[in-house]
Amino acid sequence: MDLNFTQEYVDFRDQVRGFLDTHKDQAPAQGDRSVRSKKRLAWQKILLENGYAARTLPSEYGGYGAEPDALRARIIAEEFARAKMPGGISGQGINMLVPTLLELGTDEQKAKYIRPTLEGEMVWCQGYSEPGAGSDLASLRTAAVVDGDDFVINGQKIWTSTAQFADMMFCLVRTEPDAPKHQGISYILIDMKTPGIEVRPLMTMTGFAEFNEVFFTDVRVPVTSIVGNRGEGWMVANATLTHERGMLGDPDAALSRLRQVADIMQNEQVDGATLMDNQVFRDRLLQLQGEAYAMKMNGMRLTTAASEKKSAGMAGLLVKLQGCELNHQIAELAIDVMGEYGMLFEDSPFIRDKGMWQTAYMFDLGLIIGGGSAQIQKNIISERGLGMPREPKPAPGTFKAN
Amino acid sequence: MYFGLNEDQTMLQDSVRRYLEDASELEAVRGFAEGDMSLANNLQDGLLELGVPFVLLPEALNGQILGGLGMGVLEAALIQEQLGRHVAPSGFAATYGMAVIGLREAGDEDWLSQIASGAAVMGVGMTEATGGREGAGLTPKGDKVSGRATFVMGAENATHFLLTTGEQLVVVKRGAAGVSETALTMIDKTRHTVTLDLDNAAAHLVAGNNHAEAQSRMIDAGRVLLAADSLGAAAMMLEKAVDYAKDREQFNRPIASFQAVKHMCAEMAAKLEPCRSLVWYAAYAQDNVPDEAPLMSRLAKSHMSEVGKFVARTSTEVHGGMGFTDLLGLHYWFKRIGANRQLLGGPQAVREEAAKLQGFVA
Repeated sequence: MDLNFTQEYVDFRDQVRGFLDTHKDQAPAQGDRSVRSKKRLAWQKILLENGYAARTLPSEYGGYGAEPDALRARIIAEEFARAKMPGGISGQGINMLVPTLLELGTDEQKAKYIRPTLEGEMVWCQGYSEPGAGSDLASLRTAAVVDGDDFVINGQKIWTSTAQFADMMFCLVRTEPDAPKHQGISYILIDMKTPGIEVRPLMTMTGFAEFNEVFFTDVRVPVTSIVGNRGEGWMVANATLTHERGMLGDPDAALSRLRQVADIMQNEQVDGATLMDNQVFRDRLLQLQGEAYAMKMNGMRLTTAASEKKSAGMAGLLVKLQGCELNHQIAELAIDVMGEYGMLFEDSPFIRDKGMWQTAYMFDLGLIIGGGSAQIQKNIISERGLGMPREPKPAPGTFKAN
Repeated sequence: MYFGLNEDQTMLQDSVRRYLEDASELEAVRGFAEGDMSLANNLQDGLLELGVPFVLLPEALNGQILGGLGMGVLEAALIQEQLGRHVAPSGFAATYGMAVIGLREAGDEDWLSQIASGAAVMGVGMTEATGGREGAGLTPKGDKVSGRATFVMGAENATHFLLTTGEQLVVVKRGAAGVSETALTMIDKTRHTVTLDLDNAAAHLVAGNNHAEAQSRMIDAGRVLLAADSLGAAAMMLEKAVDYAKDREQFNRPIASFQAVKHMCAEMAAKLEPCRSLVWYAAYAQDNVPDEAPLMSRLAKSHMSEVGKFVARTSTEVHGGMGFTDLLGLHYWFKRIGANRQLLGGPQAVREEAAKLQGFVA
């Protein structure tokens, strides 16, 4: 156990701080999430040039070409958070598509897509889930049929975030209808301006449309849009699904949210006593603090494992399940301590923190369900982590709806 | 930056594990629970051979050579985790954990040297400092002490008891005039605790004058060690549940293939694994991050207590009716975790202390 950084890393931290200090004025506001913001795109360019975005990706495709180093990555994340300055653009294009193309894309695909994606000029959405294919993703039915030099696509995707802004979609479609379900899927890249694509916003319980439904009617894309071989799309996609799970559940974010709740509890009064004076609330806060620190230390273990290029085993598998649940419970406590004020929403007078806690409470529930539901996570933990057997597959037609 | 165990720590833990796998078998634990002291005596000797009692003991103090290994609470926690894993009847947490830390911090090389030579084995009574119940508490008068010390830990092989009068640390000799002892029947029969009634008993005042600090350090470390004990016990209960589920068949398949059962095991693992990191860090902090040590000790103790309770209950349920029987002996782990939860303060009391530390409450 040695929580000190060697001189090399201390120097690197100074370097990051120096960069942040001299570039303060060029950074967009932290809340600036708009996809086409000029300031954000300019910031992304600066980050790419200095190795604070796409740090380990090959320079020939616009990355910085540094050796992977989990400690440097952690230092960068810590210093950007400390300076309250936004890091590079993240999104499904950068986090999921680019690693996939690097591994399995053709030279032409790499040359065409990676650089504009890293620069934020080309925005991607992910077309995986369908109304009938959620946890059982491999049962997807959106069909791509070859006609001359084109695939002709018909079907529907759902839970497609950023589809309304996206230039492109990386999409799973069924190309071999007669093959077993995992072997009949292909991974293709679709230009969102292609005729026959309709994007409809999907309003959720938060009152926002964080997702969309995307409908395909005779959408024609060239057969060269495929990544990997026909029928191998499941394998292609799985490389990126592991990336997605690693993205969620940042323990430092949970601790900082918890501090926000503690602030509310220390500053708001009911009947002349602060909310913190209420022992039940206080105990709930401390319970969550214990859990949040456990997750923080678990995260340190993951960083060490990553820096040694070792699998963290169980410590890694549990992050999505526990991290999302923890955040949900923190929001729940914030709402409970605020009592009646906790139910105010949108632009209500007297609202606290702009209603963010109700939004977080609901959005975190969405995260518990999405990206591999809590139940799917428990299957993964028990099968890959504990070596328990998969549930046997029943013969087709065993279960019939009454 | 490296968050994890080094090679020496891993080796230490492995050697204790290998020793206990043979020495502290369930049948021997059962014997101890039924009143046969031989396992506790064997462990006292066996752990001595491994050097376990010397882990926290300094090499030298105030010019006196003690011959200890001078390691930290993290190493002690790794040992304690193994003791919990094997529900071993050992007073290690009290005698070679808390007592050594208290005497070291106060600066009493004489008692430490007696511990080093094996002449003194110390039980520890700190309950009065972590939440004195009605009727408990010691009053010093000159070199005598009177009153009651409750829930004194490490009574298995103790020759002496290290106790607190609230402000001072004192040592009394077991069985001396004015020291009467009542054995407590705990739900956990793998360890012994006693209540001491002192009536003008001879009290050796521990040397040094920073007793308050010494006492805090030993309670902080003691709580980390209890958390480590529960970590080991809970990890074993999870392993037993998974093994049982893979073995047990119903409806012509192992029950480990039913999602209802798998999810119970996954929940145990997902809650338990982060506790390991928290216990490591809390233990490491005791010697290396003094600012965080008191808070981390309390968070580790209280959080581990909650997760331990969940694992104890859930593992028992995975075992079905067998988990409820005495045949499997799973209940020894269940009860050990249950006792650890209350010793040196239950989770609510410990969290309240953590709230005070952070200025959340006066």
